[in-house]
Amino acid sequence: MEAPAKEQPKEQPKEPHKLIVSIGPHMHDEENTAKIMWTVSGALLPAVLMSVYYFGIPALLVILVCLVTSLVSEAVVQRIMKRPVTLTDGSAFLTGLLLAMNLPSNAPLYIPVAGSFVAIVITKHLFGGLGYNIFNPALIGRAFVLISFPKLMTTFVPTTVMHVDAKTMATPLVLLKEEGMSKILEIYHTKIALYQDLFIGNRAGSLGETSVIALLLGAGFLLMKRYITWHIPIPFIATVGILSWLFGGKEGLMSGDAIFHMMSGGLVLGAFFMATDYVTGPSVRSAQIVFGICAGALTVLIRLKGGYPEGVMFAILLMNCFAPLLDRGMRSRVFGKVEAKGVKK
Amino acid sequence: MEATTVHARDTFSGGVHPADNKHLTAHKPTVAAAIPKRAIIPLSQHIGAPTKPLVVIGQEVKKGDKIGETAGFVSAPVHASISGKVTAIGNFPHILGSDMPSIIIESDGKDEWVAGLKETPDYNVLSPDELKKLVLDAGIVGMGGATFPTHVKLSPPKEKPIDVVILNGAECEPFLTSDHRLMLERPNEIIEGLKILMRILNVSTGYVGIEANKPDAIEVMSKAAAGSPEIKVWPVKVKYPQGAEKMLIKAIAGRTVPAGSLPMDVGVVVQNVGTAEAIYNAVRFGKPLIERYVTVTGRGVKEPKNFLVRIGTQFSQLIEEAGGLTDEAAKVIAGGPMMGMSQYTLDVPVIKGTSGITVLPKAEVGIKSYGPCIRCGRCIDACPMKLQPSLLGLYIEKGHYEDAKDYNLMDCFECGSCTFVCPANRPMVQWVKKAKKELAKKKN
Repeated sequence: MEAPAKEQPKEQPKEPHKLIVSIGPHMHDEENTAKIMWTVSGALLPAVLMSVYYFGIPALLVILVCLVTSLVSEAVVQRIMKRPVTLTDGSAFLTGLLLAMNLPSNAPLYIPVAGSFVAIVITKHLFGGLGYNIFNPALIGRAFVLISFPKLMTTFVPTTVMHVDAKTMATPLVLLKEEGMSKILEIYHTKIALYQDLFIGNRAGSLGETSVIALLLGAGFLLMKRYITWHIPIPFIATVGILSWLFGGKEGLMSGDAIFHMMSGGLVLGAFFMATDYVTGPSVRSAQIVFGICAGALTVLIRLKGGYPEGVMFAILLMNCFAPLLDRGMRSRVFGKVEAKGVKK
Repeated sequence: MEATTVHARDTFSGGVHPADNKHLTAHKPTVAAAIPKRAIIPLSQHIGAPTKPLVVIGQEVKKGDKIGETAGFVSAPVHASISGKVTAIGNFPHILGSDMPSIIIESDGKDEWVAGLKETPDYNVLSPDELKKLVLDAGIVGMGGATFPTHVKLSPPKEKPIDVVILNGAECEPFLTSDHRLMLERPNEIIEGLKILMRILNVSTGYVGIEANKPDAIEVMSKAAAGSPEIKVWPVKVKYPQGAEKMLIKAIAGRTVPAGSLPMDVGVVVQNVGTAEAIYNAVRFGKPLIERYVTVTGRGVKEPKNFLVRIGTQFSQLIEEAGGLTDEAAKVIAGGPMMGMSQYTLDVPVIKGTSGITVLPKAEVGIKSYGPCIRCGRCIDACPMKLQPSLLGLYIEKGHYEDAKDYNLMDCFECGSCTFVCPANRPMVQWVKKAKKELAKKKN
């Protein structure tokens, strides 16, 4: 054996370039984690604008405090854990923004600080950071402050365009739970007017949960970009509609107000922006449908039978626990796998 | 042709849509590359046992001389692709990444065929076994890139009857157009090759599967097959990896090859269109496989082209003939960008399975690190085998190879769809290759 590669012929063209060597594929599509996170944040913009319109400067302050605390918490905790600081991937920004959407505008500003800290440091980074957290960070942040400051977290103000004298105002779901639909109609006059206000967002509630139209605009954009799919949100909302129609009425079965339930509380925000969180939900499509249906059923159960007027947050958090199990149990059949049993090798 | 695609519904579930970039070369007629002054002919250009050299240093050889003899059933002989003198037998760079035993022939400039090539104008009188012998002697292997010895595929065990032969003209790999040009330029040879295949396997149904983005090839091939009602030209949907054997069988024959099994288990044999053309040349003219179509393409070469190339021609020569590398050239890939292998040197030779050389400029080469899996599920949707690449990646990243095996690691054929779509840029294919190697090591 002789003439190894080194004595390759002199007629070779000059070795022109240092070549890059790697395992394929050598092409990649346009998507990346940061682009997805920032796009989802962008899709919340209509809801953010509506919240500032309806709740004014206090809403803006809550949002800013959430964002700043989230970003600072992420940077500090990553520095302490000696990991690369990844603020530019947009995930901490998105968590902060989602948490803000889940807080009342009149909350004292230590609430967004505490919520963001719990969301980023405890829920996300102590569980391993992006991709490894079991629970939706923004929702754990909100659950923490809701349980720690129950009074402050359930006191809401009327929107700036409502002509009422009251300093505070209950959300439609609280009214329904405590006083019934007749009380709601006293405030909103007719069912149609009620639906309209729910749809546009002219009601008491957390910053980002009130305007259904603004949320749907963002959600539609994400669906179009295929950043989210229908598999979780549609079964989620449909289940809430069906079950609240079946069991939500005072006059027995099938007398509930499905439209009211589907547009109230944090359902639209939760179904399209929180339950669809990649990390904490299942990734197998069929498992996502089950996830959505179960979250919907839990939401109705809490709304109708639980101690809280609203159940979206706890429903999603409870389902987060089951996401890995659903993925494991419902993975799709490998191409040709079942047929393989009959084959003799 | 006005339409850029024709209608086609047949496909498989999953897959991805990389930009095909075929416009760089699809319209360019194939030109013969210069006969190399020095051919590097690896003794192993196929899956299976490497061949044993039949020549010694200093020996004169003619074009078509057998210089490497099979060693075992799953093997294929290699032949001199130029006439000249054997100047070295030793380890030389090979596209698989390490040096491999090769025979070096310096050209005498005469380009003379070996004496006694056996022409058979009436090859239809030959028996299937005689035809198969000609295929074996010509050193024909799967030319789509897999390089599995063709005569082995043509020898299914008796208990596995074959009733369908599919020619693979899908060419789903981005950038490459060598099969496309071959179908446009040698349609009759391909169809005759298919008929020989059908005769060997005693099959009465033949298909030519072509992705719908090649309407001109579909038209030309349909014309060539017009007189043969047993052969259908079958457009399939444009989607990567449509040209993967199992995916093509699903799309055309509607049959699902069981996991861990071969196409012959569902009565199908798939061959690349280039292989069919080589079979025709071998049977009709007695010519061994010594040249093939190669697309030299990408925005890293100045004039992308389709070439007819002698086996053993170095990449450097072809790239020079394609105008040379641009200043921005950064990655040279043997094959296409999805499943091809990047090269560290341009000294490597074209072998029987080299369908193209793709040169990517710096701007198209991502050198990014990867991030954590965000469990978006894009890879699960993309996987044509319906695996969960995200989980495979997480297991293998932590060294849990056995767990990866439980999640059907072995069913992955490394098409790269998962890695192509991964927003966190996770190198799933690299991990899968690694896990398979580690598991094999443990077994031994």
